[in-house]
Amino acid sequence: MANKIVVDPITRIEGHLRIEATIENGVITDAWSSATMFRGVETILKDRDPRDAWYYTQRFCGVCTTVHSLASIRAVEDALNIQVPFNAEMIRNLIMGIQNIQDHMIHFYHLHALDWVDVVSALSADPKKTAALQQSISPWKYSSENYFQGVQNRVGAFVKTGKLGPFTNGYWGHAAMKLPAEANLMAVAHYLEALHIQKEIIKIQAILGSKNPHPQTFLVGGMSIPVDPNSQNAINADKIAQIRQYIVMAKEFVEQVYIPDVLAVAPFYLDWAGIGGGHKNYLSYGDFPEGRSGYPNDFWMPAGVIMNGDLTNVMPVDQQKITEYVTHSWYEYSGGDAVGKHPYEGETNWKYTGPKPPYEFLDTDNKYSWVKSPRYDDKPMEVGPLSRMLVAYASGHKEVTDTVDLVLGKLGVGPEVLFSTLGRTAARAVETLIMVNKMSDWLDALVANIKTGDYAIHNNEKWDPSTWPANARGYGFHEAPRGALGHWVVIDNKNIRNYQAVVPTTWNASPRDPAGVRGQYEESLIGTPIADPERPLEILRTMHSFDPCMACAVHLYDEGGKLVSKAKIL
Amino acid sequence: MSDFKEMLAAHSISRRSFLKYCSAMGALLAVPAAMTPRIAAAIEGDDRPPVIWMEFQSCTGDTESLLRANRPSVGELILDHLSLDYHETIMAAAGHQAEASKHATAEKFKGKYICIIEGSIPTGADGVYCTVAGETAVDIVKKIGTDAGLIIAVGSCSSYGGLPAAYPNPTGAVGVSELLPGKTVINLPGCPMNVDNLTGTIVHYLTFGSAPAMDRFGRPLFAYGKRIHDNCERRSHFDAGQYVENWGDHGHREGWCLYKMGCKGPASFHNCPTLRWNEGVSWPVMAGHGCVGCSEPGFFDTMMPMYGRLPNVPGFGVESSALKIGGTIVAASAAVFATHGAVTMTRNWKQVKEAKAETREIIKETTDAEE
Repeated sequence: MANKIVVDPITRIEGHLRIEATIENGVITDAWSSATMFRGVETILKDRDPRDAWYYTQRFCGVCTTVHSLASIRAVEDALNIQVPFNAEMIRNLIMGIQNIQDHMIHFYHLHALDWVDVVSALSADPKKTAALQQSISPWKYSSENYFQGVQNRVGAFVKTGKLGPFTNGYWGHAAMKLPAEANLMAVAHYLEALHIQKEIIKIQAILGSKNPHPQTFLVGGMSIPVDPNSQNAINADKIAQIRQYIVMAKEFVEQVYIPDVLAVAPFYLDWAGIGGGHKNYLSYGDFPEGRSGYPNDFWMPAGVIMNGDLTNVMPVDQQKITEYVTHSWYEYSGGDAVGKHPYEGETNWKYTGPKPPYEFLDTDNKYSWVKSPRYDDKPMEVGPLSRMLVAYASGHKEVTDTVDLVLGKLGVGPEVLFSTLGRTAARAVETLIMVNKMSDWLDALVANIKTGDYAIHNNEKWDPSTWPANARGYGFHEAPRGALGHWVVIDNKNIRNYQAVVPTTWNASPRDPAGVRGQYEESLIGTPIADPERPLEILRTMHSFDPCMACAVHLYDEGGKLVSKAKIL
Repeated sequence: MSDFKEMLAAHSISRRSFLKYCSAMGALLAVPAAMTPRIAAAIEGDDRPPVIWMEFQSCTGDTESLLRANRPSVGELILDHLSLDYHETIMAAAGHQAEASKHATAEKFKGKYICIIEGSIPTGADGVYCTVAGETAVDIVKKIGTDAGLIIAVGSCSSYGGLPAAYPNPTGAVGVSELLPGKTVINLPGCPMNVDNLTGTIVHYLTFGSAPAMDRFGRPLFAYGKRIHDNCERRSHFDAGQYVENWGDHGHREGWCLYKMGCKGPASFHNCPTLRWNEGVSWPVMAGHGCVGCSEPGFFDTMMPMYGRLPNVPGFGVESSALKIGGTIVAASAAVFATHGAVTMTRNWKQVKEAKAETREIIKETTDAEE
């Protein structure tokens, strides 16, 4: 008999996600994904200065804290036909690159690892054997018996206090936990090391963009960090040296800790290479422009669409094929909920019709989420590192194919295992590795350009709104850590008339569409074994493999609403 | 005093403006309590206070800021100094196991635990715009907040409503203090909050057993007691009339004043210039972008547009007396924030506009007198 369970809150993610699932004979037979928080940022954006939009949209999410700024300024630059200087493109690449690296690192060690690593088991590990394990997988400097003894003592003293803090009620001793005690101790040590490394390497964003989270440095037309090798108030040789130092630090950790950890842990969980694939439709917008002609040309990471896991056919992306449905979302369309709308033509009137809180279950037959249902060519898509790596792999991207083949070879499996929970986690690691090796290329390109005497960081031609056309519209794409991100903006008389964002987690976390087709989270949970419905660790594994970001995902679009036009102050 | 009166007259600051200015400044003049060796003793004690950290209409930026903690680091905070019993982004447990942890701490340590809240709380439509485990954020805050020993609102959203409360505030978002009248709420605004100000607040509480002294907007004086403009490393350029005119121009590359590019430093109280971010690496003005005033109660509405001058004085130019202009800005902005600083909390766009109009009026009044 079917047993319906609820996991709310799904923790170790950004934001508010709830999963309801039915379980029969120890396997998930159906699932519903619901976002339970709504802010309405796009309505707030209406009638404001398009040059300010990046600052508002940046606050869609403080985890992937740069991505909505970039998509926003690109959308406005597209609308106003602005090309940004080469220095600014390279600075953007560096900021995006370190965002991906740091975000993936935090995801693996602090959001995802506790699904696979048993912290309590680490207390029974032999530090000497742990040291031997560490030394066998990489030349990482923290590998002595004394070191692991120290980590174990520290965690042991913590556990002895009886106050486990964030580790209270974890899934310790769960049947699905498979790692030997020594691997658990090693992972706990790396959990703590990664906490330190992530806050160091992200200083690249502070150098280039004043602070992190929420770097304050983006401009429509460029970036606000000046470049001048002969000034102490601009990007100069000293700041470049600092950036290079953090790139080296990131590279060392990724190559000697992150990748070896994934390769060491994966063999214990190879069953997860056959679980969690979902629809197997993948979308990547492509990103990281490298040429002189700037965005959106000469991408390092290619764009493409893959359907039904067919790696022999990578199709080009056509943004006109994107629509959003609200059949199962707490919004209404004026022409009826059965028809999808393209972001330029869409509309949203938010209206909660769910159960009155406090509630036990959502009304999943009707509307049940604040996330809309985006579809590409009417199909649900997965976006994120796996989609990027698959599109690049199938397109013959050299760094990606080399690295993916290396990882698959070490694990002794074929590319078909990538369509899974484990594949998602492995793809994120692969991407981190190639990204950390790419960073210095962008820094070198920036340096070479500065050397020519080009210090430009901003294109001023269209800064003054009096130079703008009366009406304009544009879109900006970005490959964020969590996947394909698009912003669409409509500008009337210097102000925002409409703003729409279709973000990575909207794609992945969407509820069903009018045809009843599940979103990718929902589909990926089907067939997942659940050893203990009271402790549904397996649901967390697949959900976390997507790296959900819910605050981003919930947004709205207001077409022709009756907002009082705002007086320009000061 | 007569000298001071003369000075006011010389700068054409009206009595009305001055009184408002004084009321805003009064609370800010207290000297922050000195950090003493007792701090070390407090944070090294093994009686780790339990913490319940809750996120509502947030972007998780304040949690990310927590992860950048350095003194002590987040690892030390979690293992050695605090018992972080509930924090959705960090905790191992999910679903009802996570909820059980929250309720157990709230019950066992009633009146003693530290409650930290990130994100605003939506009050519209009976609270349906944010639920956790089927319960509204409003109900959760009232329950967990009421029984807390100390409440800290991290970031501008939980302090004053922030982004979700910006016009037209679609969800009726409010800050924590509005839902807990009578309770002391320490506000650590900023977008996000600077984690050093959170660790400073916690250390203060552990050391002295009480909340730090705060201004009228509930902000600790040790972090928000001084105006950004007054501590700005580019202040000498303001005084010398050297301004950035275009992004990337000579002045921008040489670190001149960003006032004309919309910097809100003259109207903002925060320790960014002295503390900086990411362990002292930088802060917005240092990296070439103006301050946006993110730690002020009226943010976003009273500070936007981002690149609009504060105030946009007609005919203002480098040849004007910087001192006079500086004095005018200080008086005008402080006056408005003193009377209308909390306008966003009322979610009343009319009042926001009135506050802005009044700022312009005061500026006009003083600049007209100058001319």
